[in-house]
Amino acid sequence: MSERVFRSGRRFLQLFILLSGLVVWSLCQCPNGWAAGQEKPAYGDAIVVGSIGDASNLIPMLATDATSHEIAGLIYNGLVKYDKDLNLVGDLAESWEIKQGGKEIIFHLKRGVKWQDGVPFTSKDVLFGFKTIIDPKTPTAYAGDFLEVERADAPDPYTFRVVYKEPFAPALSSWGDIVVLPEHLLKGKDITKSPLARHPVGLGPYKFRLWKTQERIELDANPDYFDGRPYLDRYIMRIIPDPATMFMELKAGGLDWMGLSPIQYKRQTDTPFFKKNFKKYKYLSFSYTYLGYNLRHPFFKDKRVRQAISYAIDKKEIIRGVLLGLGVVATGPYKPDAWFYNPNVKRYPYDPEKAKSLLASCGWKDTDGDGILDKDGRRFSFTVLTNQGNSLRDKTAQIIQYRLKQIGIEMKIRQLEWTAFINDFIDKRRFEAVILGWTLGQDPDIYDIWHSSKTGPKQLNFIGYKNKEVDRLLVLGRRTFDKEKRKEIYFKIQEILAEDQPYTFLYVPMALPIIHARFHGIHPAPAGISYNFIRWWVPKNEQKYILP
Amino acid sequence: MGFLTFLLKRLLGLVPTFFGITLISFFVMHLAPGEPMSLQADFNPKMTPEMRQRLRAQYGLDKPLYVQYAKWVKGLLHLDLGRSFSPDRRKVWDKIKERLPVTILINVLSMVLILVVAIPLGVRAAVKQNSLFDQVTTVLVFLAYAAPAFWVALLLMLFFGIELNILPVSGLHSLMGYEQMSFWQKVLDWARHLVLPVFVSAIGGLAGFSRYTRSSMLEVLRQDYVTTARAKGLPERVVIYRHALRNALLPLITILGLSIPGLIGGSVIFESIFAIPGVGQLMWSAVMARDYPVLMGNLVIVAVLTLLGNLLADIGYAAVDPRIRTGLQTEE
Repeated sequence: MSERVFRSGRRFLQLFILLSGLVVWSLCQCPNGWAAGQEKPAYGDAIVVGSIGDASNLIPMLATDATSHEIAGLIYNGLVKYDKDLNLVGDLAESWEIKQGGKEIIFHLKRGVKWQDGVPFTSKDVLFGFKTIIDPKTPTAYAGDFLEVERADAPDPYTFRVVYKEPFAPALSSWGDIVVLPEHLLKGKDITKSPLARHPVGLGPYKFRLWKTQERIELDANPDYFDGRPYLDRYIMRIIPDPATMFMELKAGGLDWMGLSPIQYKRQTDTPFFKKNFKKYKYLSFSYTYLGYNLRHPFFKDKRVRQAISYAIDKKEIIRGVLLGLGVVATGPYKPDAWFYNPNVKRYPYDPEKAKSLLASCGWKDTDGDGILDKDGRRFSFTVLTNQGNSLRDKTAQIIQYRLKQIGIEMKIRQLEWTAFINDFIDKRRFEAVILGWTLGQDPDIYDIWHSSKTGPKQLNFIGYKNKEVDRLLVLGRRTFDKEKRKEIYFKIQEILAEDQPYTFLYVPMALPIIHARFHGIHPAPAGISYNFIRWWVPKNEQKYILP
Repeated sequence: MGFLTFLLKRLLGLVPTFFGITLISFFVMHLAPGEPMSLQADFNPKMTPEMRQRLRAQYGLDKPLYVQYAKWVKGLLHLDLGRSFSPDRRKVWDKIKERLPVTILINVLSMVLILVVAIPLGVRAAVKQNSLFDQVTTVLVFLAYAAPAFWVALLLMLFFGIELNILPVSGLHSLMGYEQMSFWQKVLDWARHLVLPVFVSAIGGLAGFSRYTRSSMLEVLRQDYVTTARAKGLPERVVIYRHALRNALLPLITILGLSIPGLIGGSVIFESIFAIPGVGQLMWSAVMARDYPVLMGNLVIVAVLTLLGNLLADIGYAAVDPRIRTGLQTEE
């Protein structure tokens, strides 16, 4: 029970935190009307946000969990950030130049920016952050992108220069908030024992106030923020591990903002109380769920078999049944509203007859009349593995099981605890098929998941996909800076993947945040809703929490 | 003198038991698949193999298991439980310490509630054996025992927190204005927040304790000295509460001794549901993340308390029951 809550909880948390998705539309009737936007924004009030997990470490490069990054994102800033339309724009960087065909990037930093303790921010802080992240003693999961750097220097306090060994297109976006650290507070100290982990000092719109472990984290508005003081005086994150409790807290007035599950979105919040007091939003999350095949397995070596299975699965039915319609069919490794998404790849609509004939063409026939296909005396029966506690994946597996049965394939379902699943099955390649999901970044680079050099132990191309053309394109995509050219490259990759079906891509779920109706200034955009969080506000007469 | 040697012997006997427990736990823990980096590193595209090796070395996981255990024991002898393997790298004792007070508070309160309710319930059920009261309480306590705690908790939250809106749904104290409250307002605020969690954590225990009291009481009521007391013409109330109950409560001492480790154990279920930052949640996440030092740290505390609880139960039993005390002496 608890395991189930834990896992599905993490899932929703991810959906909730990854607000950088595209808001498709807002369902609310907007009782106060958008006319509110014409009023003058007011300062004051606080927002109470629900989170399933506690933060772990508020130094961003040391944390890997969504909650830590959510909090740290309000306290720290990077050189660049994604704007509401998912374009890279300057944050601490005023501008940048790309030279030597993409090998060199020169950032020109904003002047007059101060750390929250009053010390001026300079390029030395960036250099220090860079040196820290590539330091072997720093236990960070994010050093990868920075190891491509040949050298970096800070010629003057407002210039930061970095030279790569080879042109590396995802490089620019890596200079986000993970790598800017206050040198004056960390220099010469062991970062793993730094008090900043629990009392961060950043440059951002909010200042750290308090953190009660597993209970709540509070931030106060930073009046000196270089991009203007945020309207909301305080940000409070409450840690409530149980999604059912969180929902009741929302109803009882103890929360202003949480991520909903599909059933909460569709049914439980469809009441006059919620319509009056809250606004709901939905947008495609940066993730997708797939059925992946072990391509070393004799059943799945032939792409026609994989195509047949893709035809046999009714993806729309899964979305209706599992997500209550709150998702879209995935056709490849990207979500449909990304600029690098190719809408014209080969699709696999539900077509059991086509599936059967494809299987027959590879020699799979039911010769003994037991209802299960066989070939050379071997029955078409395999086991799909998925992680325990993710009820969405569990239901997905059951629907697929039912559909495959109809074309004569027996699929067994086995659920495993996450760590055991990864270590004993995925890493040792002891699986036939899996149902899992990937979280997506804002950059189209998917080298780590699809390149044939990444099939080794612990690496992410665990299905063993090898395609020379894809390999070539993946490398080319990393070396190309021009947006249109990159788009072409990744369009081609999607075409090949759609033809090969190394995964049956299933669905892209939606993020479903609900926010109290007193908050104004929430303007859905391709990046989600939280990109302009510091411009959210509450009219004076509606403010709920009056802070001293 | 005899009692002191007995105590000393028992205490010395606990030492090898304690290290036996830690040794077995340490090795069993490492049998579970996965490693502490799993949560941070598995399926993380940014994690390179070198980084993984580096992390393993930092945690000392590249050394043989017996070396790791020896290192851990060495730390323990200096009362150092080490640092957590989670990204915060905090001291294990700090992580446990900040969660202990609330866990102990809730467990002590719930234990008191259990005793206050279960003992009279058990006594009455025994005195009126097979009566309607006996049967009804039997059914009720077993229903309470069988009902899943999380379900009861959610129902109570829904009723008191949302329908009646008289109690907070979760958390330990009010979100806003808590700092400005006077001492007694704070106490009241805590009390309001603790009512439901204490109740939920107690209802499961009611069944055991009331049944135990009942059977123990039934046993005693059949004894000759109860008949004697009645024959003396003592009022029934005195017979039951002075003569019978005192003896019937003796076995409960053992149970109380054994509940001591439970006082700090916490429960992941009600802690998660009521969003209480207790030890149970820490342990749960430590198991999931394979955070060995935190697991071992908590285990040390539970092991010590279990052993001490056993010892205290033995001593307490000897102290209150002259038969055992004299038996002890005549044996020697």
